[in-house]
Amino acid sequence: MPASRLLSIQAWKGWLWSFVRLVLIAGLSFVILYPILQKIATAIKDKADLYSPIVIWIPEHVSLDNFRQVISIMDYWVTLGNTFTLSAMTTVLTAISCALAGYGFARLKFKGSNLLFAGVVLTILVPPTTILIPVYLNLKDFTLMGLVPLLTGKPVNLLNTYWPFVLTSMTASSLKAGLYIFIFRQFFRGIPKEVEEAAYIDGAGVGRTFTRIMLPNAVPSIVTVLLFSFVWQWNDSFYTTTYLTSSKVMSTQLASLPYNLAILLNDGQSSSADPFYLSMVQDTGILMAILPLIIIYIFVQRYFVESIERTGIVG
Amino acid sequence: MKSIPGFRLAPRTYTGKKALWGFVYVLPWLIGFIVFFFIPLLSSLRYSLSSITANSNGIIVHYIGFKNYVEALTVNTSFNRTLTESIVNMVVNVPLIVIFSLFLAVLLNQKFFGRTAARAIFFLPVILASGIIMNLESTSLVQAINDENSGAKAIHSLGSFELARMMLQAGVSEVIVDYLTGAVNRIYQIVSQSGVQILIFLAGIQTISPQLYEASKMEGATGYEAFWKITFPMVSPLILVNVIYTIIDSFSTNAMTDLIRETGFKTFNFGLSSAMAWLYFLAVAVILLISSVLISRKVFYQE
Repeated sequence: MPASRLLSIQAWKGWLWSFVRLVLIAGLSFVILYPILQKIATAIKDKADLYSPIVIWIPEHVSLDNFRQVISIMDYWVTLGNTFTLSAMTTVLTAISCALAGYGFARLKFKGSNLLFAGVVLTILVPPTTILIPVYLNLKDFTLMGLVPLLTGKPVNLLNTYWPFVLTSMTASSLKAGLYIFIFRQFFRGIPKEVEEAAYIDGAGVGRTFTRIMLPNAVPSIVTVLLFSFVWQWNDSFYTTTYLTSSKVMSTQLASLPYNLAILLNDGQSSSADPFYLSMVQDTGILMAILPLIIIYIFVQRYFVESIERTGIVG
Repeated sequence: MKSIPGFRLAPRTYTGKKALWGFVYVLPWLIGFIVFFFIPLLSSLRYSLSSITANSNGIIVHYIGFKNYVEALTVNTSFNRTLTESIVNMVVNVPLIVIFSLFLAVLLNQKFFGRTAARAIFFLPVILASGIIMNLESTSLVQAINDENSGAKAIHSLGSFELARMMLQAGVSEVIVDYLTGAVNRIYQIVSQSGVQILIFLAGIQTISPQLYEASKMEGATGYEAFWKITFPMVSPLILVNVIYTIIDSFSTNAMTDLIRETGFKTFNFGLSSAMAWLYFLAVAVILLISSVLISRKVFYQE
């Protein structure tokens, strides 16, 4: 019977494809998870296991020494609190200002708004490095176009405070803000105009339409922007190491961890700084730095993955 | 307003009101754009054309023309090399990342057991692969030791070696073989840089109406044909988006930005650093322009 033979070939092809797919996905998942698994394995190792050739994954002597070291050197709990405050603050402010701008560009067209939107695209395209030095000098002697000296008599130095982050995120010009405005704009453009007109006929002004109708509908894009903004701010080393050199936040502490550890070890009773041991503690440090993110991700990932598919990143 | 009707500034039509509110909504961004982007951009251009000396009163900017640019291009020992390396890296990686993420998006869109878990894992790099962590990771010694111990390196290179031999014997050009085996060896880098791109493609694939696939199936199209005739043209605008995103993402942190920062903040040569930044920006802009012109010719739009 040709029909059944064809059927069985089809079935075989299906099986084969499933198998190939399984191998591919499992393999790539392993590639992604490998560094994390490895960090966990390294973190719980004792120093003695580091040179043991028989220990690869599961340590012979389990110890939490690395964690203790990292917690004390990085001043972990304070750092965690600072980083969380900083990220949460910028995230909320960025989301608000970018949502406003995105809605403005999407629905409330005025003369020159297209030209201004070209400005948004420009902020995405220009590498942040290009404007880093003027912004840095600007923040070092912050005048706000001559306003601050009028009030206090001299420009203020905003470096090593949270103000640069507050000001840039309030004005939708923080890390990757152009991208968030773009996401919001695309999303709001996707909501039918009739909804808005119906709200207007029912007597809602622009502000009420925005808060009551548009925002509740925009939850997927809000989640996306919140998560991106939080995570990228958390991991950011570009702005943080420039503006916040002395404050204790995760990325600056991580960057100086090997150095701090070497100093500690050389002054203390233990051996001269062993590069492998340094690296081991550094791996533990990275693990501890991303651990909060992984925990958050485990809780929101389902929602995140579902919502991003409906965000309208896709024009 | 009622008591002084002649005092109305603008016609308060619905559109007029919306335009007014539009300006109000965009205003925070506009202030930020001017203060934290536009003025710095102009002063960066000015700095790049000047020599800058700092003293207790602030900085003194002295116009010197294109000297900084000349210095960056001819005198500075590392600028040319770093710039070419960054650009070559970009040119090599971008096509790989885009093709790879399209492939994975198609894969993750199919129904199979454990799809949610697989998606969660594949988007993990969006969270982890950025900034400081990537920098530190590339210098991890423990990882290197472990790789040696577990023999991962040997298997790794052996695998791509066999692959290379097989392809060379099959008559594939050597350049292509090198490119592909290089990709196999850099798989972690590629996977970890394609999280957002996979998301964008996945979202795009899910907006394609299922009727198209049903119709093609009725006509007897195979999955392969359905991909090239339906999925690929429908997501082709997103290929442009993803190429641009990948280029921008790859220049946000690399050796070039490090060099620019070091020139600025370690040696305090702000003029030279700004000149480098502008040269870098121009190079990137040219690449963006070329790639978007090339791709948008091929892109298919439904409208």
